[in-house]
Amino acid sequence: MRIVAEHLFYTYNEGTPFAARALDDVTLTVEEGEFFGILGHTGSGKSTFVQHLNGLIRLPSSLKRSKKHRAKKGEALPPAPVLRVGEFDLTDPKTSFSALRRKVGIVFQYPEQQLFAETVKDDVAFGIKSFADKKSPPSEQEIEGAVREALEAVGLSYAEVAEKSPFDLSGGQKRRAAIAGVIVTKPEVLILDEPAAGLDPLGKKEIADLLHRLHNTWCKTVIIVSHDMDEIAENCTMSAVFDAGKVKYVLPPRELFAHADELFAMGLDIPLVAKLCRALHARGVDIDCDLTADGFVKAVLAKRGQA
Amino acid sequence: MKDVSFGQYYPVDSAIHRLDPRLKLLFLIAFIVVIFVANSFWGLLVCAGVLLGAILLSRIPLWKVLRSVRAVIFLVVFTAVINVFFYAGETVYWSYGVLVISKEGIVFSLFLVLRLVLLVLCSSLLTYTTTPVALTDGIESLLTPLKWVHFPVHELALIMSIALRMIPVLTEETNRIQNAQKARGADFESKNPVRRVMAFVPVLVPLLISALRRADELGDAMEARCYMGGKKRTKYKKLHFGWGDLVAFLVGAAMLTGVILLRVYVGGVL
Repeated sequence: MRIVAEHLFYTYNEGTPFAARALDDVTLTVEEGEFFGILGHTGSGKSTFVQHLNGLIRLPSSLKRSKKHRAKKGEALPPAPVLRVGEFDLTDPKTSFSALRRKVGIVFQYPEQQLFAETVKDDVAFGIKSFADKKSPPSEQEIEGAVREALEAVGLSYAEVAEKSPFDLSGGQKRRAAIAGVIVTKPEVLILDEPAAGLDPLGKKEIADLLHRLHNTWCKTVIIVSHDMDEIAENCTMSAVFDAGKVKYVLPPRELFAHADELFAMGLDIPLVAKLCRALHARGVDIDCDLTADGFVKAVLAKRGQA
Repeated sequence: MKDVSFGQYYPVDSAIHRLDPRLKLLFLIAFIVVIFVANSFWGLLVCAGVLLGAILLSRIPLWKVLRSVRAVIFLVVFTAVINVFFYAGETVYWSYGVLVISKEGIVFSLFLVLRLVLLVLCSSLLTYTTTPVALTDGIESLLTPLKWVHFPVHELALIMSIALRMIPVLTEETNRIQNAQKARGADFESKNPVRRVMAFVPVLVPLLISALRRADELGDAMEARCYMGGKKRTKYKKLHFGWGDLVAFLVGAAMLTGVILLRVYVGGVL
């Protein structure tokens, strides 16, 4: 599903002293099949943006509020927003959000905090049961099959964890179980907000590998929201930078990190490899490589071979 | 869940905001007493006038304060209806069995509604204009005499301020968890009431767990900084009684006397 957003505005608590502009004329397109990274400082509007994508923030009602408010203050109306996710037009109040949420899964930050059921199996099955057609609910076998598939997809053994309480799992396992609870309905677009936050380096690596596996086999488009530059550099095919509610850059990570000074000014960082390249460039050595550790080493060795 | 405007501090600077919280608390108590002492519409009118003046002085939009009535609208309507039907008045308009509608009943329930609304408005004006911290400081200071009988006043104030502090945190947490479950298809807008209540189980369980975790962490953090309640603690912000407070005190005293005089010399509503 292709995601097209144009002229999105959003203000929290509009018309009160707590008003905070979160999105300011956001225009962004995410092509189907991409592994997309959204970068930005805390409060840059990146989470607000992804919440629009599956209707957790409803565009029609927020538009109506904003219109009323602007009319009262005599401000000009912004250009009409466009937000399409595949065949869903999110500016249309008649769009079925339930059908949309089935296709666009969101894994929130620290998803293990949403676990609630008595067994892992029940928790993962929650999504299927709640999205199910009320007239012809899926059979027990169908549900169990889907749960098994989702758990195996995130690298958990069904036999081992299905009957356990989710609260007895380890931190990394909990996070996987929570991700399984989102992908169990086979969304076409999977959005993850800081999927590796709070994990140790090994856990981070495992989550990155898991996302690549899911991207190739399970969900066509994967979008991650992060401020870990290495995570974006190593995984994403395309990235966007949010700053103060605006989209500053939409570039492949490799080109993006050439704008190091601008990123620093936004309170962001660049990946370690990009930093090394910069330091070498300052000393008169130009290294051209992708932003993985392997690529860097190869490029440096090749350079030494020349010298 | 999104609208927590009832009782939320409204951050603007005004004469009312700057009043000593102790005075505001006493004023609130006096106001409530006055509302119940007043037995005529004139008496309530005086109260309403003072309250309106206070709201205007506080620079909080009037509609925002009036909106706090919404939270108790059911109670207000319920009380009014019960009183209209069951008040045994003399000028009967309509009756059926025990149900009677009389002129006195209507007047009396109007009177009650006005009382309730004033009650809610004045208490929400207090919480709109006073930060939770100032409020608990005020309560602690007012309850000081109880320390003589070894009542744990400081601890009580601490519990209150933590509880108040946690309301917005837990509200935000609820929204977050609710969003996460919505993304997994939870339906909080179902027309079926049973289903709607059941939909909150996946929210309440994680919320409870996180509340307990937060309590644990807060306890650890306080212990790590050697927190001890009791006599020797000093305050970062000392409360003091200023000129504005004196004026407010005089207004309050005048209102109280006025309403009592009205009661004595003018008489009741019925």
